[in-house]
Amino acid sequence: MAADLVLTIVLNGLTLAALYFIVASGFSLIFGLMRTVNMAHGALYLIAGYAGYAVFEPLYDQDVWWAWYAGVAWGVVVAAVVGTVMQKFLLGWMQGQELRQALVTIGVSIIVADQLLAFYGGNPRQFFAPDAIFGASAVPGVGNYPTFRLVQIGIAVAVGVALWVILNKTKLGLMVRAGVDDREMLAACGVNVPLVAIAVFALGAGLAGLGGVIGSTAQPLSQGMDGRFLLIALVVVIVGGMGSITGTALGAVMIGLAEQIGQALFPTYSVILTFVIMVAVLALRPQGLLGRATP
Amino acid sequence: MKTKITRRTAILGASATAVAAGTFKLAAPAIAQNAPIKLGGVATLEGPFATGGQDGYRCVTMELERRNWTIAGRRVEFIRESSNAQADVALARARKLIEQDNVDMILGPLSGAEGIALRDYSRTLTGKSIINGSSGAADTTLRNPSPNFFRFNTDGTQWMAGLGNHVRRVMNIQDVAIVAGDYAFPYAQVFGFNIEFCRAGGRVQHYWAPLGTTDFGAQIAQINRSNARALVVVHGGTDGLAFMTQYAQAGGQLPLIGGSIMADATMLSSRGPHRRLMVGMISGGPIADINDDPMWRDYVARYRARWLNEGGFQSPSIHGVNYATNLQGIIAGLEAVSGDLSGNQAAFQRAMSAAKFKNPMGADVSLDHNRQAVSDIFLNRIEERDGRAQTVAFERARQINQTLGVPEAQFMALGAPSRDNPGCVAA
Amino acid sequence: MTPARTTVISLIGLAVLVVAPLVLLAILPQNQAQFWTSNILGRGLVFGLIALSLTFLATYGGFISLAQMTVAGVAGYTVAVLTQGAVPTIVGGLPYALTIPAGLFASVLAGLLIGAISVKTRDIYLLMITLALAMGVFRFVETNIAWFNGYEGIRNVVGPDIFGLSFRSTYVFYYSVVASCAVLYFGILYLVRSPFGLVLQGIRDNPRRVSALGYNVGQHRIAAFGVAGFIAGCGGVLATIYNIGISPGSIGLGASVNILIISVIGGLGHPIGAFVGSIIFTVFDTFAATIYDRERFNTLIGLVFLIIVLVSPDGVVGLKGRLMALLKPKQAKEAKSP
Repeated sequence: MAADLVLTIVLNGLTLAALYFIVASGFSLIFGLMRTVNMAHGALYLIAGYAGYAVFEPLYDQDVWWAWYAGVAWGVVVAAVVGTVMQKFLLGWMQGQELRQALVTIGVSIIVADQLLAFYGGNPRQFFAPDAIFGASAVPGVGNYPTFRLVQIGIAVAVGVALWVILNKTKLGLMVRAGVDDREMLAACGVNVPLVAIAVFALGAGLAGLGGVIGSTAQPLSQGMDGRFLLIALVVVIVGGMGSITGTALGAVMIGLAEQIGQALFPTYSVILTFVIMVAVLALRPQGLLGRATP
Repeated sequence: MKTKITRRTAILGASATAVAAGTFKLAAPAIAQNAPIKLGGVATLEGPFATGGQDGYRCVTMELERRNWTIAGRRVEFIRESSNAQADVALARARKLIEQDNVDMILGPLSGAEGIALRDYSRTLTGKSIINGSSGAADTTLRNPSPNFFRFNTDGTQWMAGLGNHVRRVMNIQDVAIVAGDYAFPYAQVFGFNIEFCRAGGRVQHYWAPLGTTDFGAQIAQINRSNARALVVVHGGTDGLAFMTQYAQAGGQLPLIGGSIMADATMLSSRGPHRRLMVGMISGGPIADINDDPMWRDYVARYRARWLNEGGFQSPSIHGVNYATNLQGIIAGLEAVSGDLSGNQAAFQRAMSAAKFKNPMGADVSLDHNRQAVSDIFLNRIEERDGRAQTVAFERARQINQTLGVPEAQFMALGAPSRDNPGCVAA
Repeated sequence: MTPARTTVISLIGLAVLVVAPLVLLAILPQNQAQFWTSNILGRGLVFGLIALSLTFLATYGGFISLAQMTVAGVAGYTVAVLTQGAVPTIVGGLPYALTIPAGLFASVLAGLLIGAISVKTRDIYLLMITLALAMGVFRFVETNIAWFNGYEGIRNVVGPDIFGLSFRSTYVFYYSVVASCAVLYFGILYLVRSPFGLVLQGIRDNPRRVSALGYNVGQHRIAAFGVAGFIAGCGGVLATIYNIGISPGSIGLGASVNILIISVIGGLGHPIGAFVGSIIFTVFDTFAATIYDRERFNTLIGLVFLIIVLVSPDGVVGLKGRLMALLKPKQAKEAKSP
């Protein structure tokens, strides 16, 4: 295989990993603080995609340059609001009953997917990135490469840095990290834990929403994407380590690369590669590569 | 929500009460001449393929409304069920229609695996018929056909008739790259293309993508480095949109040849940069948006008048026309026997086997010995007209049979289409 | 409920299932009676069996696995791949007398394997990992043509003749299903009172203590998944024959979640919940068009599921106890007031 083709495939893997990181980071964040497995993470992805598209489409028709940005912003906001509502009214009062929370979010995701189908129909949709980041750019050693895929990496890095800053340099982050270690003690210190929980849930859901619009620009937006991206979030977080943002990044890179390399080398069996990695990690390090051992 | 209105309208009147009342009450024997004909419908209204099923029911409803819910002097009750494009779900719905609702016949289903499942089920029935909706797997009627299963629409292999020759002989292209999904429907389409193209001396390179692939980056990178002079895209729906957008993004320039569901209204109604590339694309299939035939112009006008404000497309989709064509087959059969379904439907089934009619495209339809349609296939080009991309028929291959004119024994000897048997045999 | 009382209730339930086809024949026209027997009760019980494997794991081990439909699918696919007459022929050539045991063997192996992979995880971790495994198998089967015929799946698995009677006959099918359910259900009730069952329940309540007593927690867990694999396998074989074949959709995300829905609606507190839940689910599934709107079946079943999880986590079976608990304090209060 030519060197430039190998480089292209590696770059494809990294850009895909960037998308996976954006989607999985919110899942990992919520899990990290609240031990809530948000099975509706894929549903939030889908909600943001469709909501963002509803704003994007008329603007795109009018050739407004900021159509896509408006779609991104609206998608993130809607997902964050839906996440907040879920935490406030469905999950908050059963905090600590982790399994029951997971079941509730499964119920929510079934209903959401079906209602989205009722409102938006089964037609696939896709966002089209603004002209500035559409088309191809020259990448040394690769040749022309889709610009938007490079932008994906930029966004993922920005998300990663922002999360690091929030978690390590802000008061919210301090509370979140304390909450991971000991919720009761945090509450005893006078911190309004439910409010922190809502803030984290909104942030995590907003990230799912960001993933939804970015993902629906890179790939089509259609029914079934919710399950797909929920699964990706699960696998990335299982491989990388539960609740660790760095682990999520590592997991995303591994899965993204495995998917693209597998597709180029043995297309029919590429699907299993991802799961072989997952099973291997579970066998050797059940808590994930960078996860802390659970008590 | 528009679909809901559609649904209500569809079961308006007698059928609504029948659906509501038929569940727990005793069903009256439906043999009597004045009793209504019970027509069951199975189409995909759930999940990712819902658009096609909705359009199928639109076209069926439109025709039944036009006939004032009466065929051959008998009232028609249309009992609709929906599946999610999965074989076992379609089977459960069909069983419910036959055994619980006691329908006389089923119109459906929509997708390949469902079609084969219902074909197998129809074999176990007596005095009932299953008439295909829009499923297009060749094997449903080609191998192990069932005496109770009828298909008045052409299949996925037939739809490619004429395309291979056009690319090789008219466009004078010798090397093509084919991108296709790695499952039965694309196999059938690729097979249909290759049979002609390779016989005419063409060479192909296949790029198969597992079902559900959404990132085609690796394939596109390889295609852009190959010596192919044209690109045959046999994806559809979500996969097609994903592939085309990514191909546009990667700066792809090759002339495009499309599979039948590439150029469907479902795909063309999505806007975006891929549309620019798709203008000029050649494709083959049973329908075209613009076809210079008075029957089709009239049909499209009626479709638009009825459905444009209720969620319909600008022009009926391939699934819509297939459901309508199969309904025509039922109507032709019923009219020939004056609505008499007695004798375990033997006379009705004979009448359907012998039916000849023109479908909405103005193409003659008749059935072969496997109860599979022989009909016309259109070569289409995508053009921008009235500010939107539309398929325009520029050539018609008349009376294409299921083996594309190859003698049946010879065609069967080629084996079933598959990834390892894509039909590329040089003459 | 005391064990004795449970057994009595279960036997009454079994008797009802045995006579149900006759009652249906008496009150409905023949074709509808057969429809209810085979496609409501029969189909419900088949999925009840698969749900039973999950309920068994959840009730006695505290494991909620989303991979039980997958395990059932392993049995179904094994039968479909090996059996004479299935279309397309992949291996083929073998009679049901061999392929059904082979299917059950494969499902036990699959159960053991899933148990081994997830042996160190509990609760939500287990839920996540089993879901990921289930989807991995589904995606593999859906994309693999050579072994599983991909998206189209394998058709024409019509089932064996039993004593010269075709399995496709409504009543042969139905009573085979009832017999399988009865054997497995009472087998579980027996098993959980055996030493193995007691250790399993000990693991559920306190794995460390069980470990300290000298039992190997991991081995018992894996064995429990093997037992569940056998139960799910029986359901999978019957479901495949009922559906005249199997395709990836049968083991997809929707199908896997449906098994969870069935178990949760019925109740995870007792094995009987699996059958209660599956009959409710099947009635909803079949008559959604009449009850609400066929196209919105998922919203309907999702709402039922959500309400059960929010209101009564131990399902419909637990609902009675919950209502009693609600009523009792009231009665007590009323009694106190003059």
